[in-house]
Formats: sequence, C-alpha cells, structure tokens
Amino acid sequence: MQNKRKHKTKDMSKIGLIIGREYKTRVRKKSFIVMTLLGPILFAALMVAPAILMRLEDDDFKNIAVIDETGMFDQYSLKNTKSINFDFVSDKYFRGNYYDVSEAKADLKDSEHFALLYIPINAMSSNNGSVQLFSYQQPNMGLKMHISNGIEKKAEELKLSKKAEELEISQKEIDNILMVANTSINVITTTMNDDGTEKESSTTVAMIIGYLCGFLIYMFIFMYGSMVMNGVIEEKSNRIVEVIVSSVKPFQLMLGKIIGVALVGITQFVLWVMLTLGIVSVTYAVMQKDLSPAELNPQTQIMGSSLTDTTDVNTDDMAKFSEITQAMDSVNYVGLLLMFLFYFVGGYLLYAGMFAIAGSAVDNETDTQQFTLPITVPLILGIFVMLSAINNPDGSLAYWFSIIPFTSPIVMMVRIPFGVPFTDIIISMALLVVTFIAITWLAAKIYRVGILMYGKKTNYKELWKWLKYKN
Amino acid sequence: MNQTLVAENVVKKYSSHLALDKVSISVPEGCIFGLLGPNGAGKTTLIRIINQITAPDEGTVYINGEKLSAKHIAQIGYLPEERGLYKKMAVGEQALYLCQLKGMKKADAFRELKKWFEKFEIENWWNKKVEELSKGMQQKVQFITTILHKPKLLIFDEPFSGFDPINANLLKQEILELKKNGSTIIFSTHNMSSVEEICDYIALINKSKKILDGEVNAIRRDYAPDIYEVQYSGYFNKMIATLTSDYKILDVKEFEGGSKMSIELLNKEMTNNDIISRLTNFGNIESFQKALPSMNDIFIRVVNNTNAEQAQAQN
Repeated sequence: MQNKRKHKTKDMSKIGLIIGREYKTRVRKKSFIVMTLLGPILFAALMVAPAILMRLEDDDFKNIAVIDETGMFDQYSLKNTKSINFDFVSDKYFRGNYYDVSEAKADLKDSEHFALLYIPINAMSSNNGSVQLFSYQQPNMGLKMHISNGIEKKAEELKLSKKAEELEISQKEIDNILMVANTSINVITTTMNDDGTEKESSTTVAMIIGYLCGFLIYMFIFMYGSMVMNGVIEEKSNRIVEVIVSSVKPFQLMLGKIIGVALVGITQFVLWVMLTLGIVSVTYAVMQKDLSPAELNPQTQIMGSSLTDTTDVNTDDMAKFSEITQAMDSVNYVGLLLMFLFYFVGGYLLYAGMFAIAGSAVDNETDTQQFTLPITVPLILGIFVMLSAINNPDGSLAYWFSIIPFTSPIVMMVRIPFGVPFTDIIISMALLVVTFIAITWLAAKIYRVGILMYGKKTNYKELWKWLKYKN
Repeated sequence: MNQTLVAENVVKKYSSHLALDKVSISVPEGCIFGLLGPNGAGKTTLIRIINQITAPDEGTVYINGEKLSAKHIAQIGYLPEERGLYKKMAVGEQALYLCQLKGMKKADAFRELKKWFEKFEIENWWNKKVEELSKGMQQKVQFITTILHKPKLLIFDEPFSGFDPINANLLKQEILELKKNGSTIIFSTHNMSSVEEICDYIALINKSKKILDGEVNAIRRDYAPDIYEVQYSGYFNKMIATLTSDYKILDVKEFEGGSKMSIELLNKEMTNNDIISRLTNFGNIESFQKALPSMNDIFIRVVNNTNAEQAQAQN
C-alpha cells in the first residue's frame, strides 16, 4: 500500500519534470518573447492610436478660407480656436453679381489656406442645408463638427429670431421656451439577476467584449493546440520519444506536454493583459500631462482622449459616451476573466488531446492535414455561430452551441457579457469537463501507439485499430 | 547463477499479426546477452515489453525474481534503436532532464554527468545545442544518459549503428567495462561478429518465435560440422592414403615446412583422440582444432531452416 503511494508521488514528480521542460523551453524561445512583447504594443496601439491621431491633428493649425454668400457669418458665429482660424475672403472673389468659387478653388493650392469653406446663399433656407468644404487633405471630424455646429447654431438663431418677430415675443422668452422643451433621452439598459441585484449594461459593450473573448479563445486554442501537435511531432521525428517512454508512461508524457503548453498560454495571456494595461495607462498619463486641465474631464480620462476636441464637446456625444463608460464599469471584469480562463483552459484541453492524436499519427508536419480537419471544422463552426449569436445571444442556436462542448468555449464567451442563466453555464461547463476527460483518455490510447510507429502512412482506419490495442 | 531477467511464454498480439509467440528467455546475472533475429522478428517488441513501454498479452517477465513493475524502470537503462535527442535543447540540460526522468536526484545526476563528460573529454559540449553536434557525438551523449543511473540491467538495441569504427570500439570497451562492474547487458544486433566477440549468451528470434538460445560457445560447438583443421609438418602423401576411408579431405594449403588441411569426419564413431593418434604417425602436429562455424553462418542456417520448415508445414 505504502509502496504504491510512493510510486504515485514519483509519477507526479515525473509529470512535474515534463511540465517544467515543456514550459521552460517554450517560454525561453525567441518567438514567444517577441510575441509576448509585440502583442501588447499592438493592442495598446489599437486602443491609443485614435486618441493620438486626434491630438496630432488638433495640433496642426488650419487656416480656412470662407466665401460666405449669405453674409451672415463673422468671427462670432464661426469662432476661431487654437487650431482653426477662419479667414473671410468673400470680398476678394466678389464679381459684382456673383462669387467666383472656381477661382477661389484654383487659388487654394498655392495659398496658406488648408481648405475653402463655401456657404451658398441658400445654405440655411431649408431645414437640411449644406455647405461645401474643399481641401487637398481629408479634413478631420473635429473640423467638420466645428463648422456644422457653428452654422447650425447661427441658422437656428436666425430662424428663431425671425419667428420671434412674427409672434412678437422677445428673444429671452424664446430662450426660455427652448430650455423648457430641450429633452435628451438616454436608454439605460439594466439586466437583472435572479438574486435580485441589478446592473446597468450596454448591448454595444457586451457585443464588443463577447466578440473579443470568443475570438481570443478561438485563436488561443489554435495557437497552443498546434504547439502541442508540433511538440509531439518533434519528439517523434527526433526519435527521442522511445527514450522518454522507457522512463515515463506515454500518458504522463502527453499530459505533461498538454499542461506545460497550457501554462505557457496562461503566462502569455496574463502578460498580455498586464503589459497592455501598463502601456495604455502610461501613454494616457503622458498624454494627459500635455493637455491643459480645462480640456480634461473625468469621462475622457477613463476612455482616452478620443473626444478631447478643442471644440466644445457635443452634448449628445457626451451622453452616449458616459453611457458607454458606465456600461463598461458595470461589466463584472473579474467574473468575465475567470470565465474566460475557464473556457480557454477547458477548450484548450479538449482540443489539445485531438491535436496530440494528430501529432502522434504522422511523421512530419506536412502530413497533419487530414487529421487536423476534424479539429478545424468545429472551431470554425464555433466562430460562425458566434457571429450570429452575437445578435441573438438567447436564441436556440446560441443556446445549443454554447452547450455542445466542441463549440461552447467560443459561443458561451459571446453570451456571457449579455448575462447567461446560471444553469446554462453549469451544464456547459460540466459537459466541457466530461468531454475533455473523455477525449484525453481516447487520445492517450491512440497516442501511446502512434508515437512508436515510424515511417508508416496512417489513416483513420489505422487510428481505430490503435484505439483497440491492449496496453 | 542468479537470473537477472526471465521472460516466460511472452505473447504479444497486434490486430493483424502475432509479434511474439510464447517467447521465453533467461538472462543470467553479469553476462552479455545477445538478442538476435532478422528484421521484424519481434526483438524490439520484446525489448519494449521489458521496458514496460508496452505490456504482454500473456506471459510474465521477472527482474531478479520479482514480477516486472514500475519500480524497475529506474533499474533499467535503455538505448533504443530509434534514438535521438531534443535538437534545440542544450546538451547538459537535456542530459540532466533524461537522468531525472529515470529517477535520479538533480544534484547526483549533475555530479555523475560531469564525471562522464570529463571521461569522454566533452566538457565543452555542456552548453551547446544538440543540433550543433555530429551524429556520433550525439550518440555519445545518449550512451552516457543511458548508463548514468547505474542500472543493473542495460538494454542496447543496435548500439553500433551510426558509430564510426573508432567510436564503435570505444563503445565496445565501455560495454565490456560495464559487464566487469557487474551490469547485465541485453544487446540486440545484426552485427554477428560483435556477437562472437562480446556476447556470452544469445537467443535467436525468428517470425515471433524463439528458435535458438544458449551459451555462445556451446551453440557454436553444437552447430559445428565434423570438420577439423590440422596444421602439421611431415609426410603428407602417406597421410592421405591412410585417411581416405574414414575422412574426406576438403582443403589443403601447403607452405614452407608444412601444410594445413581441413578434414571432414566420415566415420562417426571416431573421437578426436583417435584422429590425433593416427595423425601423429605421419608428422608433427602443430595445431588441431574443431572448425567452429561463425555466428553469422549459424544465424543464416537456422533462420533458413525454420523458414523452410514453416513453408513445408503450410503446404
């Protein structure tokens, strides 16, 4: 009895040795280090880039030539800002009874003007007027918004004062009426939990987070699954496998490899999250130091300064924005992270066994295709279902594919940000665990035969035979 | 004599064929045991069973009288025919890893490895990647990792393949040294001359069956035809005249001061002494010996015979 226990611990320490080797050799690889460093830089760039671009554009001083046929605008209605200056050139192109816009356009190239703003006479006659902005470079959103805001405001003012004259009421009364009538409606979605707690949510945010999680899991399963497969092929083609299985059981070798690679994956993921957060917060800290306090507000500090326009921030945008940040705050990140880790590890373990079978059945990587097909198909199916489930996370398609273990890691991760009944998660998790144990058991049976078969073309019939071999 | 390894009626079936058919071998302690047989005969399967890489369907294997179990892994050193190392891993680190897998403590493995690396004068390989070494160099590292945990039983499957003659000789010396230090060695090979040189016992497996086993010299004597080689100086012609009734002269080589001939015994009732006493009448015998067949000859003869028998039985 005691003897048996002693062997158990010895077996465990051997698995530990294998895990250690698999982990160390991979983590020290150049490709791992490069990926681990480049990933966060890329992610951070994606998050920070819009803000940086906006700031770069803002810094760029723009002089705008204005031909105003209405004669209604001046530097009070089209305000100059730190980076935008309006230069009224209407007089220069006035030809007695018309304004020569085409000549102005022709002059634009060699002038110091960034763009030419043309306000036609009828710009404000209807409720949907338009003005034209000619430029050689694409003008940014901030400039366009600044112009349309200025003109809209002026047009509204004109129409209102005209109406006020007609109705014979004062401007002050008009302002009062407007203030009373001004309404802004914000739909705040709130999900309720069975235990009676509530939280605000946003479908957009849930969609983005769900999509990101599902896709990351798909990517990770593929990346680390093929790492297992290539590891098995390496051992087989290097012919070291027989030396090793004379010291440890093939099952120990396979399990050690699968666990070792899983740890590599978790390490990479954790490093990615930490480094990305680190880079993003450092970048914002640096950027915010450059900004004057007036340009900052609490919302943009959280989200990044994508809206720190030097123009007045549009109130509608502000509202939408605070909604998003609220929704993002409402997401249970710790829970989501734990779920992600569970489905990542569970999904990986499920597929790692299949990847190990594929690796053990072939002599070199080029022959793996026929055996990776049954791995690729359910994974890609998972991605397709995910894309449709994201629009209808409670539909029966999403439900079933988040229960079936082969697609559940991807599809369930999409559903989770929208809120999933507790029982669904439990069933899905339990099935995943049961299936990966079954697959690992199957894989072990095929693997231990496959790794010692050299120079033989294998097919599925052969795998079936291996499965039935006794020990 | 203690038997280090005993295999009794081992049977191993694969779905399409029988790999081992009631094979029994017995390996005495401290000897070098040659496991011979043509390709695909079942040698590697038997070796894998001894290493617990695979289990027999029937039959039992004993190590030092105990039924084979997990604890024996640490007592066996195995150099497989299909052998290799992790190419991207450093030599020293890899050797440490393999020895730890055999159950050695890291510190012990490190100390022993340093000793062997010094002995083979390869200390400067420690941090090199395996892929930087030549095939022969890799084999040396493999050999060291096979024997480092001082196993009582060593199994070498085709150990000389891939070695140049100098390194092969070095390896042979090491194997003999291991035997001197009390290890028991099972040695599978096609190289029959190395069998004659170093093996004490052999078993010959053909088509899943053991067809011959025993002490090498005894087998060679058993398979020797009644042919004797005599070298002498004296009256050659007279000798021929007297001998022809009982003997047949196969071959005569003459040289200055004497000759050497091979004679085949026709009268089965005669003994060696009878022959010698007759020969002494005609000349001075310088050497007299029974012509022993090479292991190579025996191998081919036995395998061909059993194959022919089987073919006949099938018809």
